[in-house]
Amino acid sequence: MSAPQWNNKVVKWVDDRLPVISMLHHSAYEYPTPKNLSYMWNFGSLAGFVLVTMILSGIFLVMNYTPHTSMAFESVERIMRDVNYGWLIRYIHMNGASMFFIVVFIHIFRGLYYGSYKAPREMLWWIGILILLAMMATAFMGYVLPWGQMSFWGATVITNLFSAFPIIGDPLVTWLWGGFSVDNPTLNRFFSLHYLMPFVILGLVVLHVWALHSVRSNNPTGVEIKTPQDSIPFHPYYTIKDLYGLGVFLIFFSAFVFFAPDYLGHPDNYIPANPLVTPPHIVPEWYFLPFYAILRSIDFTIFGIPAKLLGVLAMFASIVILFVIPWLDTSKVRSSKFRPVYKWFFWLFVIDTFILGYCGAKAPDDYFLGIPGLKVIVMGQLSTLYYFAHFLVVMPLVGKLERTKPLPASISESVLKEGANA
Amino acid sequence: MSQTVHSSGEQPDENRRDFLTLATTAVGAVGVGCALLPFVDSMNPSKDVLALASVEVNLANIPVGQAIKVMWRGKPVFIRHRTEREINEANEVALNELVDPQSDDARVEKKEWLIVVGVCTHLGCIPMGTATGETRGDYDGWYCPCHGSHYDTSGRIRRGPAPLNLVVPEYEFLTDTSVRIG
Repeated sequence: MSAPQWNNKVVKWVDDRLPVISMLHHSAYEYPTPKNLSYMWNFGSLAGFVLVTMILSGIFLVMNYTPHTSMAFESVERIMRDVNYGWLIRYIHMNGASMFFIVVFIHIFRGLYYGSYKAPREMLWWIGILILLAMMATAFMGYVLPWGQMSFWGATVITNLFSAFPIIGDPLVTWLWGGFSVDNPTLNRFFSLHYLMPFVILGLVVLHVWALHSVRSNNPTGVEIKTPQDSIPFHPYYTIKDLYGLGVFLIFFSAFVFFAPDYLGHPDNYIPANPLVTPPHIVPEWYFLPFYAILRSIDFTIFGIPAKLLGVLAMFASIVILFVIPWLDTSKVRSSKFRPVYKWFFWLFVIDTFILGYCGAKAPDDYFLGIPGLKVIVMGQLSTLYYFAHFLVVMPLVGKLERTKPLPASISESVLKEGANA
Repeated sequence: MSQTVHSSGEQPDENRRDFLTLATTAVGAVGVGCALLPFVDSMNPSKDVLALASVEVNLANIPVGQAIKVMWRGKPVFIRHRTEREINEANEVALNELVDPQSDDARVEKKEWLIVVGVCTHLGCIPMGTATGETRGDYDGWYCPCHGSHYDTSGRIRRGPAPLNLVVPEYEFLTDTSVRIG
């Protein structure tokens, strides 16, 4: 790529000294993008938009929030009632967290379906997982800040997970708390870190985009760009496509913010935190439910390792396993479009994560969908088993055994063929 | 890096240079570690938090068969004035039936007073059963609603996911009706 020639003298003067304008031009204007990207490729830029929305709304919330156990709850209520448009900013921030996870989960499933984790995109995939982990930490700490009952007890249960580790467990939890229970020092440090983490995520996003632009976007065929005919410049083709998607997404987002702002939350968090009373049902936010179900489903001991530690390890493993799937997937074909067998397992996996989510929301002794005899805990255990089997058994075996459909010779060829069939 | 030209024409001493590089790196790493320590330790409980680490409780107002919650180090402590029947129940269990075997004698100083930290050893919820009328689980002690752990009249785990008995804090009877916890 040659550096563009700038006609404007000021632009040229700046660019000659710091080629930031050239860099932006390369990455957001002329970036050669596969010409067959579907709307499934909108979710990366949407995630970027939500990140910026969260940072901006968060900065304004901080102007009115007080990170102290005796004032945090009331300061949030004051934002809701007295601060001009405080209700709007808080509902944007609150629902924005859910939107962020919806968008990122779809983005991840997209990557799984089209094999976007396979060589040469492993680093890109890894950075994405790091972003997911950072998002989870940020969301968890942010949920503690309003200091409601779910804030307090969610924080208590999750920080107690670390006590499962032998020897270092208890000192580690005391260190996380800065005391002997979740209390003011805990609230303060979570506030500090909740403000820091989005900027860590921003840094990771820069690396993610950098990695993307050096290995190029995957596409629905999973066939790499081979000739200039396979690609089109990012602007105006994908800027306009992304903007259209953004419009649709904003309607969805606004529907929650304006018409069902508390739908995705838990009513108990409008009760001020009380360290003496545990709510009868402690449930995490919806985006943590599948992981919570995996945690809870381990209620047995293996080789003398206690259930609590196993559960914690299984929960962490459910995300860490994503790091190694570029090697667990033995198929030479990226896109599931050309993988008639694996395709079905992919959808089974999607359903499995929904079942896990459902199990995470219910009490272990409830009946699954009200079916007599089928306890939620049992269903959770079966779904956890499939979750790991999908990566450890299905991916390696199906990749070896499956007879894939013939791949198109190029992106161009597949586009022309589809056009001819239409 | 530029090559050093030695006037005598001999090669630079590679081992000596490697040693210096390693030693410098090691000293630097130790320095960074030492500089990090205060920051890490600043997150541990501060002096004012530690200063509130003990509490005195008057027991005179707790009738037999009832229990109270007091705050100690930000956590509830359950103090139960046990009935004869509850004490017997706690003593009748065979130790090999217990998940975390401990005799009742080892968990109390005075038989009629059971003092335990009211935090479930599973994931830190507050078990129910202290206030009159709350469910006390299948073993007449406490029941944790979060994940279904049952504790007996000695605060020992009997069923459910919790791995350990309710913790007995350090405490000392100052008089017959007053106790200092911590």
